Amino acid sequence: MTAPALRWAGVAKRFDGVVALDGVSLDVPAGQFVALVGPSGSGKSTLLRTANRLVEPESGRIELDGADVAVEPAPLLRRRIGYVFQEIGLFPHLSVAENIVLPARVAGRSAPDVAELLALVDLPAEVAPRRPDALSGGQRQRVGVARALSTGARLMLMDEPFGALDPVTRDALATAVRALHDRLGLTTVMVTHDMAEALLLADRVVVLAKGRIVADAAPATLLAGEAGAEAAALVAVPRAQAERLAAMARA
Amino acid sequence: MNAALAQLPALAVSHLALAAAALLLALGVAVPLGLAAARRPRLARIALGMAGIVQTIPGLALLALFYPLLLALSTLVGARMPALGFLPSLLALALYAVLPILRNLVAGLQGIAPGLIEAANGIGMTPSQRLRLVELPLAAPIAMAGLRTATVWTIGAATLSTTVGYPSLGNLIFSGLQTETWPLVLTGCIAAAVLALAADGLLALVERGLATRRRGLVIGPGAIVLVLLGAALAWAAWPAPPVVTIGAKTFSEQYILARVIGRRLEQAGYRVRYREGLGSAVALRALEAGEIDAYVDYSGTLWSNAMGRQPPVDRAAITRWLAARSGVRVIGPLGFENAYALAVRGDAPFRSLQDLAGAAPRLTLAADLEFLDRPEWAALREAYGLRFAATRAYAPTFMYRALSGGQADAIAAFSSDGRIAADGLRVLADPRHALPAYEALLMVAPTRARDERFVRALTPLVGAIPVERMRAANLMVDRDRDKRTPDEAAAWLDPR
Repeated sequence: MTAPALRWAGVAKRFDGVVALDGVSLDVPAGQFVALVGPSGSGKSTLLRTANRLVEPESGRIELDGADVAVEPAPLLRRRIGYVFQEIGLFPHLSVAENIVLPARVAGRSAPDVAELLALVDLPAEVAPRRPDALSGGQRQRVGVARALSTGARLMLMDEPFGALDPVTRDALATAVRALHDRLGLTTVMVTHDMAEALLLADRVVVLAKGRIVADAAPATLLAGEAGAEAAALVAVPRAQAERLAAMARA
Repeated sequence: MNAALAQLPALAVSHLALAAAALLLALGVAVPLGLAAARRPRLARIALGMAGIVQTIPGLALLALFYPLLLALSTLVGARMPALGFLPSLLALALYAVLPILRNLVAGLQGIAPGLIEAANGIGMTPSQRLRLVELPLAAPIAMAGLRTATVWTIGAATLSTTVGYPSLGNLIFSGLQTETWPLVLTGCIAAAVLALAADGLLALVERGLATRRRGLVIGPGAIVLVLLGAALAWAAWPAPPVVTIGAKTFSEQYILARVIGRRLEQAGYRVRYREGLGSAVALRALEAGEIDAYVDYSGTLWSNAMGRQPPVDRAAITRWLAARSGVRVIGPLGFENAYALAVRGDAPFRSLQDLAGAAPRLTLAADLEFLDRPEWAALREAYGLRFAATRAYAPTFMYRALSGGQADAIAAFSSDGRIAADGLRVLADPRHALPAYEALLMVAPTRARDERFVRALTPLVGAIPVERMRAANLMVDRDRDKRTPDEAAAWLDPR
């Protein structure tokens, strides 16, 4: 059996004495799309950020392709991992193209094909010379995804990547990301507070509460109510909404 | 006037060299400090607080404070550090320039959105890459604004370096103020303003280049700035041929006497420069330290201030005391006295200090900037029970104006001052001999005490200047019409 692409083993973290992660263990096999779900303060973002060491855990161990992430300098580790987050973080003093090639430049590698990366996220090549502030929110986040893909990373970490977008843009981009995941054979871990989004996109939904994993199941299992009380409560909201919408449509 | 204008280019270069060196030093301090403080709120508070306190010290005082500081430091480390001239000016101006640079750099760095720092970390930048590729470019516009403020301040404040003996455009301003040659003052001010605006304009171009990322706009003006800086610094650092330095205190007579001494030394083959506008205490210590080679001081000043003794003044004792203390050599008296004396308008009903004492509580006394803190004033008050309704300190020129204009009823005048006769003033008698004698004494530094060629060049001045001629020379410089420069007055006073 091959090692999982990403493994958390007994990872714990406190912020100012408040427990954020309480000994979390989780294996993510290569190629899987995992959604981390939970209410605010559940530790889902903290868990994600320990993988690229934006947060250093107090105890426990994190492995990327079987190797401890703590052994190499954090910048070297991060250059092998794609990272997309809510604020997007495009550099306003650089053009779209410069933003996209920046990870390669920082790593001292040859520049990737910007037009090809833009095509991958359904953006026209004309946006390349523009400044980020000339783009819409959805376009900016597509550039953010292109930048995360630009060094050929196999692992994508996404922290509320669509959180700041309007619902239509959000749905389109989520579908595009899932398609990219499948096409490029990525391993993706995505944090979201939106259970419906998690259920619709992910292969597997991991529910956190108070720094612990309280449910870990495929979307269908969660919907069937077989993944425990906390998970059932989170699933109940979108299901009730869906049922009401369906009822309205029938009426 | 024309002779003074001929110095303008050299003074401007010297001025620019000082300002540039001070800005470079300030950058060297403020940039690392700003980078460290941007992510450490406590350090930022402390550093900005201290830089802010420095800003509240008046520039003139800050420059003056470096004099005793550097003297003490010299004693401490046992090496001779120049306490006058370039070094104190550099340090004071650099301290001043730190605040705007530091404050804007910290503000620029702290203003960067946290998401951008997270993105920089997330794509695997090392801290130095993050600084170079993200933080500095984003903080640059605000940081540049701080540098521009500091540049304008520094070029303006560099005029003050004249008071600690560094040649700058302030030379024109201060000597112009002293002799009431207003075109000279204006020339100095305008030249400083032009330099400041030009430097600001160049930096504005650099700033625009940074903002619009046009390399030409950054490299072009940046290169001009660097070349100018390099040239100015090279000029300033170039080993000057051996020159002698003549000191002068803050009034016209001192400017004239410095030129008289300088002309004698030039005729003897020395290259001469002047350090003018020195305070009394600074001048003597500068002579003792060899930072100036010669100047004229007054026996009463030395007796009361330096030696802390009561009248009567004993010239031989002063000569022995100076020789024993630091090796300063008194060449001899020039032949006139410049005593402090209280003077009133010619129509005032007083003949002596005794007459004045009775009316003093209704009167205002105007004095020069030093007199009210000097022991002579304490002695006068003691001897005659003098109590004025108000006392005001003026630059000497304005003190005479205050008397003739009625803002003051009595002034602490100088007995060799040409304006006493010119304005028809009456010098009040001192029947209790409370004021010491003020013979003008020509003194040379310990390093020149045994330099026979140097001493021989100055010896003919001993006893050569009677008080009438000194008054006349002073009046030439101080009067409003047909004004002469100290140089011209010196040539008239010592024609050879």
